[in-house]
Amino acid sequence: MAEVEIRNYSLNFGPQHPAAHGVLRLVLELDGEVVERADPHIGLLHRGTEKLIEHKTYLQSIPYFDRLDYVSMMCQEHAFILAAEKLLGAEIPPRARFIRVLFSEITRILNHILNVTTQGMDVGAMTPVLWGFEERERLMEFYERVSGARMHAAYFRIGGVHQDMPRGLAEDIYEFCDTFPAVIDDIEGLLTENRIFKQRNVDIGVVSIDDAISRGFSGVMLRGSGAAWDLRKAQPYEVYDELEFDVPVGKNGDCYDRYLCRIEEMRQSLSIMRQCLDKLPDGPVMIEDGKIGPPSRGEMKRSMEALINHFKLYTEGMHVPAGETYTGIEAPKGEFGVYLVSDGSNKPYRCKIRAPGFPHLQGLDFMTRGHMLADTVAVIGTQDIVFGEIDR
Amino acid sequence: MAEFSWTLLWFDYLWPLIILLLLVLAIVVPLLVAVAMFTWFERKVMAAMHLRMGPNVVGPFGLLQAFADGLKLFVKETIVPSGANKVVFIIAPMITFTLALVAWAVIPFDEGVVLSNINVGVLYLFAVSSLGVYGIVMSGWASNSRYAFLGAMRSAAQMVSYEVSIGFILVTVLLIVGSLNLSDIVEAQRNVWFVIPLFPMAVIFFISALAETNRHPFDLPEAEAELVAGYQVEYSSMTFALLFLGENANIILMSAMTAVLFLGGWLPPIDIAPFNWIPGWIWFFGKILILLYFFVWVRATFPRYRYDQLMRLGWKVFLPLSLFGVALTAGVLVAFDLVPQAG
Repeated sequence: MAEVEIRNYSLNFGPQHPAAHGVLRLVLELDGEVVERADPHIGLLHRGTEKLIEHKTYLQSIPYFDRLDYVSMMCQEHAFILAAEKLLGAEIPPRARFIRVLFSEITRILNHILNVTTQGMDVGAMTPVLWGFEERERLMEFYERVSGARMHAAYFRIGGVHQDMPRGLAEDIYEFCDTFPAVIDDIEGLLTENRIFKQRNVDIGVVSIDDAISRGFSGVMLRGSGAAWDLRKAQPYEVYDELEFDVPVGKNGDCYDRYLCRIEEMRQSLSIMRQCLDKLPDGPVMIEDGKIGPPSRGEMKRSMEALINHFKLYTEGMHVPAGETYTGIEAPKGEFGVYLVSDGSNKPYRCKIRAPGFPHLQGLDFMTRGHMLADTVAVIGTQDIVFGEIDR
Repeated sequence: MAEFSWTLLWFDYLWPLIILLLLVLAIVVPLLVAVAMFTWFERKVMAAMHLRMGPNVVGPFGLLQAFADGLKLFVKETIVPSGANKVVFIIAPMITFTLALVAWAVIPFDEGVVLSNINVGVLYLFAVSSLGVYGIVMSGWASNSRYAFLGAMRSAAQMVSYEVSIGFILVTVLLIVGSLNLSDIVEAQRNVWFVIPLFPMAVIFFISALAETNRHPFDLPEAEAELVAGYQVEYSSMTFALLFLGENANIILMSAMTAVLFLGGWLPPIDIAPFNWIPGWIWFFGKILILLYFFVWVRATFPRYRYDQLMRLGWKVFLPLSLFGVALTAGVLVAFDLVPQAG
C-alpha cells in the first residue's frame, strides 16, 4: 500500500478578518472543519505604550490608558491613577470618588454592550449590534459631556477628576438607568432563549474553574466558570464597599454562561450607577493639594502660590515619592493592573501593564481545540479581546 | 430535396424565434429589475428592523441605490487571482446566473401566462435548482483560496442535503394534485391552498428554501464571521455581480415556487368578490413579496447555524419529517379514496 501523507488544512485567520476583533492573526490547523490547533500571533498593534510612559510625566501618561482597551477607557485610567495616588498617599475628595465609580460603571456597560452584541454577530445575529450601538451612543454622549471627548476621555486625574459634572448630566444618566433595561430585554429577547444562539454557545469553549485560575483568567472569563472573584468585592477600591451589588457567577464555564454573566453585570452596573447618583455628595472634585491637583482658575488670579503650583504642575509635572505598587482594578474584561515604579522624579521609572485579554488569548488554543471553525469565532467573541490592550 | 424557401425559413423558424426571444426578454428584464429592487427592499426592511435609515441618498428613498451599485460593479476591473483556474473562475458565475434565469421559464404568472407550460414543470424546476450547486462549487474551487474552498464544500453538502427533503415535500404536493404541471398544481388549489392541509410541509419547504438559497440562518457558505465571504471571496466587478444577481434571483425563484406550490399561485384566497376582481398576477406578486419579506425578516432575527448542526437538522429532522409527511399524505389519500385519477 502506498504511503499517503496527510496534512492538516491550515488557515490563516486574520489579521484582516471580520471576526478577528481587531488585528488578531490566528493560524488555524484544521482537520476538515475541526480545529486541531489555534496559534494566535500578536504584536500587530504594538505601540510601545509602556516604554512611552517612561518618558512622559504622570499627567501625560493618562491618555495612553484610554488607548489600550479602546472600549473600556476610563476603567484603565482608573488603574493608573489609583496606582499613582497610592504612591503619593493622596486623599481624594468623596465627590470625585463617586463620580469615578459612576463613570467606571458607565464604561462597564459600554464594554459589555459591545461584547454581548458582537458575540451575537459572531454567531450570525446582526440586529442586536445595531440596537446596542444606539445605547452606546448615549453613553458616549455622557463621556463627551463630562470630558469633551467621546472615547479617549482622560477624565480621571491623579487627585480626583478633571472637572465636575455639568449641570443636568446626573438627571440624564438617571433617565438612562430607567430606559436602558428595556433595551437589554430586547437584546435578550433576540438572543438568550434563541435555540440557534444556545446551540452555538452552550458547551462551547468550556473552561473549568481550575483551568481558569491556573491560566490567569480574570473577570467574566473566571466568573463564568464559577469563581466568585470580583476585585470590586474582594479588594474594594474607591467607594465600592459602600455600594450594594451582586456578582453574577456562571456554572458551566461555557460561552453561554459568560454571555449571561455579562448581561447580568450590565443590570448590576445600572444599580451601582443609581446608588452613586443617590449618594453623590457635594464638594470639590479635585484634591486640595497644590503639589498634586491644579488650583482653580479663580485661585490662580488671586494667589501667587497657586500660580506657581499650576506652572510647575503643567510644565514639570508632579513628583511622586520613590516606591513601587501593583494596583489592580476590575475592568470590564477582567483584572486590569498597573505595576508602577517611581524613582521620585516626575516620570514613572517603569509602568508594567497587566492586560486581562493577554492571558485570555493565551487560552484560545485550549479553548478551541476539538471544536469547529465556527466555534473559534464564538470563543474569540466570548473572550472579549481587544488588541489595543493585548499588544499595548 | 425540398426547395429552399425564404418564406418557409421566415415563418417556420425566424419569426417564432423572434417571438420567443421577446417573450424571454419580457420575463428576464423585469426579473433583473426585481432582483435589483429586492436588494433595495431587503436593505430598507433590515434597516427598519435595525432602527436605522438604510439607503436614502441615490434617488427618492434610495430607490436607485441598487442600480448605482450595479453600475459601480460594472465599471470596475475584473480581477482574476493569479492562482485561479481562469476558465472555471469566469464560467462559474455565468452558470449561477443562467440557471437562476432559466428556471423562470415554467413559472405561471397568471392563468395561461407562462413561457413554457410543460408537463414536467416541477421536475424541471427541481433539476435546475439542483444544478445551482455547480456554480458555487466551481467558483469556490477555481478561486484557489482556502476560504472560498471551505465555503464551496459547505455549500455543496448543504444544498444536496436540503434538496432531499425538498424533493419529498414536492412528492406530497404531487400526490394530491396528480400532475407535475405547475398550472395544474395552482388550479388544484382553487378551493383551499395547500398551505392549510400541508402546513407542516409548507414550513419545512420554506426553511429548506432558506437553506437551498444559502440564506440566514443557513448562510454558512458565505458566513461573514467565519469565511469572510465564502466562495465569493475572490470575485470582483461583473463576475461578483453575476453571482450576486444569480443568488438573489434564486431567492425570488424559491419564493415563487413556495407561492405556486402552497399559496395558490395566482389564485385569490377566496374565489368571491371583491377578491377575484384583482388580477391574478397581482396576487402572485403579492405572495412573492410577502415571502421575500419572510426571507429578510429571518435574516434580521436569527443567528447562524454551525455546519454540523445544519447537517443534523437536514438529515435527522427534516428528512424523517418530510418522509413521514409523504407516507401520511399517501395514506390519507388512499384511505379516503381521494387519489387523483390520471386524466
